[in-house]
Amino acid sequence: MEPSIPLRIAYAFASLAVITVYGLLLIGSMARISAKVQGRVGQPVWQPFIDIVKSSGKRNSISHGVMFWLGPVFRLAGGVGTYMFVPAVLGSVVFQNFSMSGDLLLVMYFIFFGQLGMALGASEGGHPYSAIGVSRGLAQMTAFEVPFALSIISIAVQYGTLDITKIVMAQQGGFLNWTLFTNPLAVVAAMIAFLGMSGHNPFSVVIAPQEIPIGPPTEYQSNLLGMLQTNRAVFNGAKLVLYMNLFFGGATNVPVMVVKTFLIYFVNIFVGQAFPRFRTDQAIRFFLGVPTLIGIAAVVLFAF
Amino acid sequence: MRTIPADIAERFEVGPLVSKRADLSTLDVDAKDVPELLARLRDRHGYRHLSFVTATDQIEEGVFVLTYMLHNHADNHSLGVKCRVGRENAVMESCHLLWEQMWTYQRELKELFGIDFPGSPRVDESFVLEGWIDIPPMRREFDTREYSERTFPTRPGRSTKDPATHMKEKLYPEAL
Amino acid sequence: MSDIKFTRALADPDHALKPAGRPGPLGKPLVLANDGLPEEEKAWFCDAYPTASGPYKGILENFLNWARSKSLWILGFGTGCGAIELRPLMTSRFDMYRFGIQPRPTPRQSSVFVIGGYASVKTLKRIVRSYEQMMGPKFVVALGSCTINGGMYWDSYNTINAIEHYIPVDVYIAGCMPRPEALLAGFKELQRKIRRGECEGAVKYAENFEWYKANQKKVIHDWNMPDYNY
Ligand code: SF4
Repeated sequence: MEPSIPLRIAYAFASLAVITVYGLLLIGSMARISAKVQGRVGQPVWQPFIDIVKSSGKRNSISHGVMFWLGPVFRLAGGVGTYMFVPAVLGSVVFQNFSMSGDLLLVMYFIFFGQLGMALGASEGGHPYSAIGVSRGLAQMTAFEVPFALSIISIAVQYGTLDITKIVMAQQGGFLNWTLFTNPLAVVAAMIAFLGMSGHNPFSVVIAPQEIPIGPPTEYQSNLLGMLQTNRAVFNGAKLVLYMNLFFGGATNVPVMVVKTFLIYFVNIFVGQAFPRFRTDQAIRFFLGVPTLIGIAAVVLFAF
Repeated sequence: MRTIPADIAERFEVGPLVSKRADLSTLDVDAKDVPELLARLRDRHGYRHLSFVTATDQIEEGVFVLTYMLHNHADNHSLGVKCRVGRENAVMESCHLLWEQMWTYQRELKELFGIDFPGSPRVDESFVLEGWIDIPPMRREFDTREYSERTFPTRPGRSTKDPATHMKEKLYPEAL
Repeated sequence: MSDIKFTRALADPDHALKPAGRPGPLGKPLVLANDGLPEEEKAWFCDAYPTASGPYKGILENFLNWARSKSLWILGFGTGCGAIELRPLMTSRFDMYRFGIQPRPTPRQSSVFVIGGYASVKTLKRIVRSYEQMMGPKFVVALGSCTINGGMYWDSYNTINAIEHYIPVDVYIAGCMPRPEALLAGFKELQRKIRRGECEGAVKYAENFEWYKANQKKVIHDWNMPDYNY
């Protein structure tokens, strides 16, 4: 049965709320796991919530004009947009979002869109560190987009469609049907790109949250910062769900989704705790090297 | 035993070579000879490294003693070239052409002692003190305590104890 | 907390601001002189006085205060020897993250300013600028005897003696230098004070703005920045 439009919108909000809370918990728990690896107790799992409340509860804030204000809005739009066109749980009425209305290209566009909007807004702040952060971020993004795009092309060729729901459908019926096993090269390339996308070590130089240049959000404060923090959760959730759908067979119910996305995100921590940080130029060289070759191999394998 | 090289002894009026340690000696020289002497030491005698330049305020004699500390790496020997400059309107010839880092030392001396080095690059810019308006603080007639009391308000109730008597009172009260 | 009277007696009459009390004629906000800036730069900077927002009361404010106390972001600006004791706090041994304390590189996002010991006049200038750029409510923790009464630099020609003449301070941690344990105790105390709603430094600063400004200008002789860095 097809739900009516108002109902679908209501469902979409519910689904968004769930992914926000889940994303924040995910960030919190990953921080705690990293702390354990480092032999610390670590922050509470709900620390991201407190941070958002605190940031939003600041009594004054400053603005550098409309564009500055729009930066986080674009960013949030990018995050929400990415999520809205991906079915979080296959066949669920609440969590299917608007996945019928958009395809993979739209989602990829949204991933890019948030970054670009943020870049515009952050430069408006006039802080030199914002500019440094933006240029680093865009350079690194351009680099990891290459293996990511190649892997998307590869699976588009493999399944003969760009519709995410169809791609998930094709992977149902046993885990041997997952892209992970039918097209391992594409998955490897995409997972490496994922490391860059999430900005953990070794690709954490863009948003180095505790060093001198914090990256694009240097000038953002108060509620705008709260918005960026929320977006981080939504965007993380959206990317995880997208990856789960494309490569790991999607999910047919919420617990499966939670387990799969948690494990996908865990790859970040696994790698991040073992490797030191790359400089931006090293990161670019890295992405354009082996991962790109793997991506090309994945395309070539399925195109011919 | 180190001796003053012959070419230096015959060109300049230099005092005796005072040996402080095996690897450190000082040499007194007239202020007007300093640039030439430094150049000669650097180019002919291997003292290629300028370790530091500093001044001491000999207020009783009315002079600043400037020390240019050079180092000879081949020999592992440091040589301090000392000269005296009058305290009133203290001016010294600038040696910034010999070592570039001399700029900074001379700027510092200008700010903290008020010794001028005409022609030295950026010598008039402030070095560590921004917006200093009193007499240069390293001159001995500058009373730092009086200045601090005059300028920086304090929290009332601060008391200071002489460390020696205080520790004696605490540890050996019977000795008092 | 502080036994200082906010009088204008300390202020040097030469450097004192224009006697412009906040509620100006016709209720219009009064304009800062922006003394130190060259004429053509004056327009680039805000010339309004800071306004005191708060203190507020009520359930919502209590909740926000709780959140503020649980999420203390330190401005990563080490101003004296004591700053070296902040570093161990991040390590596994002391682990300040478990109290929700994190370092933050920009004043815009941080809520706690740790004055790490003596402040020379040159540093004080940067302290004032950074402090004013932080978003309220903001808290100041002052470490070490130097910030309290000058410590071993009490008679120095270049270090101020009591930081609270220049910015409002919420918690002092005594010692020269205080150990990381003492720092943690200080942060805990700060959290308790925030939860009780007693840390209104930003309000105090805005309300006694002329007094603070006059004190700052008395020691910072080459004032070449805007009068208020919002
Ligand atoms: S109190 Fe001691 S440790 Fe701290 S700044 Fe002063 S001298 Fe340094």
